[in-house]
Amino acid sequence: MKEPIEHLHSQVTSSTVAAPDKKGRMRLSIWFFVGILCLIYGLILTPIGIYQLSHPPNIVLPNLHITLWWGLLMTAFGAFYTIRFRPGMA
Amino acid sequence: MNSLAMFLLPSRTLTHLSPADIVILLLYFAIVIFIGFYVKDSANTSEEFFLAGREMTAWIAGLSFVSANLGSLELMGWAGAAYQYGILATHWYWIGAIPAMLFLGIVMMPFYYISKTHSVPGYLQLRFGEGARAVSAVSFGFMTVLMSGVNMYAMALVMKVVLGWDINFSIWIGAFTVGLYVMLGGLRSAIINEVLQFILIWAGAALIPIVGLIEAGGWNNLKQQVAHNAGSSDYTHLWSTLGSFQGNPMGVHWTGIVFGLGFVISFGYWTTDFLVVQRVLSANNLRAARLAPIIGAAFKMAVPLIVIVPGLLAIAVLRNPDGSLMHLVPESAVAATGQHSFNEVLPLMLVRYCGPGLLGLGITALVAGFMSGMAGNVSAFSTVWTYDIYGAFIRKTATDKHYVFMGRISTVVGMLASVATAYLVMNAASIMDYVQALFSFFIAPLFGTVILGMLWKRATNAGGFWGLLTGTVASIGMWAWVHQDASALRYIALSPDAKPMAENLYRALWSWLVCVLVTVSVSFITKPKTDEQLAGLVYGATVLPIEAEMPIWHKPMFWAVVVATVFFILNLIFW
Repeated sequence: MKEPIEHLHSQVTSSTVAAPDKKGRMRLSIWFFVGILCLIYGLILTPIGIYQLSHPPNIVLPNLHITLWWGLLMTAFGAFYTIRFRPGMA
Repeated sequence: MNSLAMFLLPSRTLTHLSPADIVILLLYFAIVIFIGFYVKDSANTSEEFFLAGREMTAWIAGLSFVSANLGSLELMGWAGAAYQYGILATHWYWIGAIPAMLFLGIVMMPFYYISKTHSVPGYLQLRFGEGARAVSAVSFGFMTVLMSGVNMYAMALVMKVVLGWDINFSIWIGAFTVGLYVMLGGLRSAIINEVLQFILIWAGAALIPIVGLIEAGGWNNLKQQVAHNAGSSDYTHLWSTLGSFQGNPMGVHWTGIVFGLGFVISFGYWTTDFLVVQRVLSANNLRAARLAPIIGAAFKMAVPLIVIVPGLLAIAVLRNPDGSLMHLVPESAVAATGQHSFNEVLPLMLVRYCGPGLLGLGITALVAGFMSGMAGNVSAFSTVWTYDIYGAFIRKTATDKHYVFMGRISTVVGMLASVATAYLVMNAASIMDYVQALFSFFIAPLFGTVILGMLWKRATNAGGFWGLLTGTVASIGMWAWVHQDASALRYIALSPDAKPMAENLYRALWSWLVCVLVTVSVSFITKPKTDEQLAGLVYGATVLPIEAEMPIWHKPMFWAVVVATVFFILNLIFW
């Protein structure tokens, strides 16, 4: 069987992983995937958290409003990674 | 758990998902499948499909290295173990992982990388010949399929307990999704998803210790509540209770933790289990390959926060609806008592603190953890099957395209075998003990063979083969002995008071010793290899590349020392 080609020092030095650009598509960074998913989750959680300010869920310590805080945190984290590693920047 | 009882039990659903929770969960499934299709075009050669083109940076390989291990074993099993055994379960994250991960990065990685191997059985073939490769490849293939089945079962159990979903539905959805994205994109797809899953696991699970510690009133108050509710202060000490077998909840002596876990099992798993080593082999250069396990070790040290702390919190804060203290029971007692089991700690804590939205994120985190574990096992199985069994013994000459095709086929077959295993696991007494038994069957002897192969030039082909075979057989034999005659525990685990987990530690230690003794003995009576034959494979016969001049903070050794220092400080703090 053909052994895989070995590279002690590969020519690839990018900090990202993406599919080859055979069809002229933008290469997407792995960190872009991380960012976009966290951003979407944050944008879903934040309005739910705002709604729960007036309609607290049936959980322990509802007064902490963790859905809102966590939503804002994920929005900020996701936005940073989405912008920093947007297509064309990686 | 008795599978029949499980199906007949009335539904004990903890909660229901809101539309927002379902959207969050569906988004996750959509993106992991998208990633599979997205990288499909870059998984056309064997190098790309099985080794992700060796293009990964140290960070990506390091996160993937940890994430591949972060399956049901970590999330469900160890939270339950923390409830049963207290903070002692942390040993499986610290002494049971960190020294081995650093050793892999600093000492062993150069040999794996310079030898140009594609797998751990592949290294054994280069060092000890086809016999050792065959034993290793077959046992590894068997183990990965079983482990993948364990992950699948655990995920299905979570979905059933938390959401009331049918266990068959969960198993097949998980198997289909993971099978699809690994079959399409190979290791590259698995690694990208593992990094994503690692982030999600933290996003979904980190809330439990944060809110839990607020509820408990901080760490010191938590310790007091645990001591009060458990009737002992032993649950929050890492080392001070290990002077005797009877003095701690696990029934283990410090020698079992240090030598059985910290040396044999830990080094065996983190340095020779191809599931994790494969992630590091995908690194884009030797420095990245050495740095990846060190980065992984740093993150591994933090995992007890989202696994062990919830287990301790459960002892302190979980209450029944009538306000009385909730007592969790072993899986075997669930059907009889109707109580929740140890393995349900994490879902119980999730439901306690997370309302609509966050609950979906938490469930997604659990699903991500299980799927990363499944994907890790299936991608490693596919590689070992194709390279070390099919390519080595069944069809030695074929085109590269054919082997990639075989890799995709074996991914599907491995996943189907895992599904079958998931149904078998339902009859196991405990998920954790089952997995630990597997480790000591195969991993401990394998570590003996690999470490002697890398560090001792005199080890011969025959020595490696017979050492590995007898070590594995001895391990299975000891397990069968105790299984048939419980009184044998006093000989295997050195104490009749030992719990199953302690028994696994000692069985691993003895099987490793059997492997080493047989390897050394047989090597001394067989013909050694020459230095030329061992070049690139063994310490003393290999010229290691000299690191280029670079700032000290770019060197793997510097970061290994930093991680080791933090490791010692943490052990002292929680002594």
